[in-house]
Amino acid sequence: MAYTKVAKKYSGKINEVTLGTGDKAITIGGRNVLPLHHFDGEVGNPPKVGLEITDIVPEDWNDALKDLYSDVIGDAAKWAKYVEDNYAPDFICLHFVGASPDGANKSVEECVEVAKQVADAITTPLVVAGSKNDEKDGELFAAVAEALQGKNILILAAKEENYKTVGAAGALAYQQKVAAESSVDINLAKQLNILMTQLGVKEEDIVMHLGSAAAGYGFEYLSSTMDRVILAALGQNDTTLQMPIITPVAFDTWGVKEAVASETDEPEWGNAEERGIHLEVATAAACLVSGADAVIVRHPKSLQTVKNFIEGLLQ
Amino acid sequence: MGLTGLDIFKLTPRKNCKECGFPTCMAFAMKVASGAVEIEKCPYISDEAKAKLSEATAPPMKTIKIGAGDNEKALGGETVLFRHEKTFVNRPLFAVQFDDQMADDELARKADNIKKVDYERIGEQMHAELVAVKYTGNKDRYLEIVKQLKDLNKTFVLVCDDAAVAADAVALVKETKPVLVGANADNLEDMVKLAKDNGIVLGLSAAGIEDLYALTEKAQGLDYKELVLNTTGENIAKTFEKTIEVRRTALEGKDRTFGYPSIVFVNELAKGDAYMQTALAATFILKYGSIIVLEDIEYANALPLFALRQNIYTDPQKPMRVEPKVYEFANPDAESPVLLTVDFALTYFVVSGEIERAKVPAYLAVPDAGGLSVLTSWAAGKLGASVIRDMIKNSGLEEKLTRKRLVLPGKVAVLKGDVEEELPGWEIIVGPEEAMQIPKFLRELD
Repeated sequence: MAYTKVAKKYSGKINEVTLGTGDKAITIGGRNVLPLHHFDGEVGNPPKVGLEITDIVPEDWNDALKDLYSDVIGDAAKWAKYVEDNYAPDFICLHFVGASPDGANKSVEECVEVAKQVADAITTPLVVAGSKNDEKDGELFAAVAEALQGKNILILAAKEENYKTVGAAGALAYQQKVAAESSVDINLAKQLNILMTQLGVKEEDIVMHLGSAAAGYGFEYLSSTMDRVILAALGQNDTTLQMPIITPVAFDTWGVKEAVASETDEPEWGNAEERGIHLEVATAAACLVSGADAVIVRHPKSLQTVKNFIEGLLQ
Repeated sequence: MGLTGLDIFKLTPRKNCKECGFPTCMAFAMKVASGAVEIEKCPYISDEAKAKLSEATAPPMKTIKIGAGDNEKALGGETVLFRHEKTFVNRPLFAVQFDDQMADDELARKADNIKKVDYERIGEQMHAELVAVKYTGNKDRYLEIVKQLKDLNKTFVLVCDDAAVAADAVALVKETKPVLVGANADNLEDMVKLAKDNGIVLGLSAAGIEDLYALTEKAQGLDYKELVLNTTGENIAKTFEKTIEVRRTALEGKDRTFGYPSIVFVNELAKGDAYMQTALAATFILKYGSIIVLEDIEYANALPLFALRQNIYTDPQKPMRVEPKVYEFANPDAESPVLLTVDFALTYFVVSGEIERAKVPAYLAVPDAGGLSVLTSWAAGKLGASVIRDMIKNSGLEEKLTRKRLVLPGKVAVLKGDVEEELPGWEIIVGPEEAMQIPKFLRELD
């Protein structure tokens, strides 16, 4: 008997979403096969990798990373430019950790000013992430969307609690792209996508943020949610789940024990920066093969590795 | 699976003798099809029919056992391509590879790393289960290294395509039930004979997917089915394709020729890039690697890979639980607060992650709450004042602490009064509702 390939043809297709403008604009999605399954059909746009920077000096970051950026870390615009010039990520994620009412509690006006400076300093597409405070983020995103009109940024993200503000301002009023964030549950993801489209946001302006987790920290829920979302999007042609997926890997991986514990606390474990990079690339790779169309990482070495990894898988 | 009641009926004698306990052969056949009765209940069933039936009801992917004694592990036996459809069953094993070109110091360093990386994570002992030794032409050195590495007490993966050398190597370690990866189109018969004679698992290698298929058919034709398929291709993309196609052909195409575990040499694909190796190993944990071969193991790559494997191979119907006990953060002392959460692993991880992030000394008391989340366990009566009291009383914290403060999850603030009654002498504090507020809460506590 000769070998017969099990053909995998799907009726559905992941939407294409474009971020940024000009030469460096990127497009994600567009495949009608499982993630990176180039041998099955149209694999669409290669997944994209972004690098995280923050609006204020990120006190809880790994010291080696803070040292690496020491010349620019206090000025988000300089930092963004530095990252663009030296590491050429597909996009830059400006993370407003300083906006958190539980932290530095920077005003919306201050944050908007930073966002404008960053956007003016770079030509790389921009993703803005919030403080995890839904109310504050709602205001912040609305103001940033207005200030950066025409830049075609991605707002990360609208949640069930604030999607009306974020969706209306971000996508409807100022034509930015909006990520719909749900917490690791296919039904919640679907529901939020429907709510957003009912609000009038076009499907091609929506990206999904299905939640995130570091490897070892409930990652199986994320992976299985992605599997189910993608099988529904492709196999059942469910248009309410065909938005491409972005996963901010950096936000989780650098906060868990494996990356945080000092060498004094865990002498056997060795250098914390090394551990962080390995955890970050393992998690990013696992997200990409599960279905993420874009991932956000923190370490430039992770960025380089994940880019090579994608290239290797699609060569 | 495969055969219908009607198919099975055709295999019966069709004389309605009732000796099986059923009124007709048809009724019996229907029961067999549903799995309720064994075909052997029919005294007149032919051996040929039995064989046909067991073939039809056999799982699409074989379970292969390697290693001896405490080191014995099962590979393969998977029934689904996505874990949510049922569950993945046999977790991939990690091998660290050595070869006959290696100098003594390099060998010692790697062997030492294997010994060092051996730790527990949520009830599971984590370590590289296998050592792979690759033959590249120096026979004496090869055998010497195999001998030396026996001290590690791991299961061997002998990577060797020279049947004569392989025979000598197998002779050294055959009682450990190694895997011999080295059969190809040129040496298949010798290798099958060697594997058969020694009762060990044989790994098959071929360039393309069609070649691998043909080789597997040939091995089966030699009546050997204790196989592992080397799905490593010429590059990353080809390896990804081959590994997925093999599993998919077995499980979806129901073609048992590919119904064997895989071995993926990610060390070769990574070409010396340790981060790339980690990315690839993570990939094949999710996508159907059964043995994953690494260049080296250190805590930096082991921690994420073993953790990922543990996650992905958790049965979706049995949520992961952490051990109920008191966990310590940032060297807590007699004044540090005690936080309370539940033993549902996901809740524990989120909460412990935030305490970690706060960098404030604290205890985290985890009672046996049935592996449910905070609200669910409270609603199910598994997280009440008496459970909390028993946990605290048995923990030894009362003797240790000079200042007794217990922080309840904000979601069960309602328990405050009851817990105060059960734990006199303790200050009961209602903590935040969401884990992300813990750092701020802890920093502001006092």
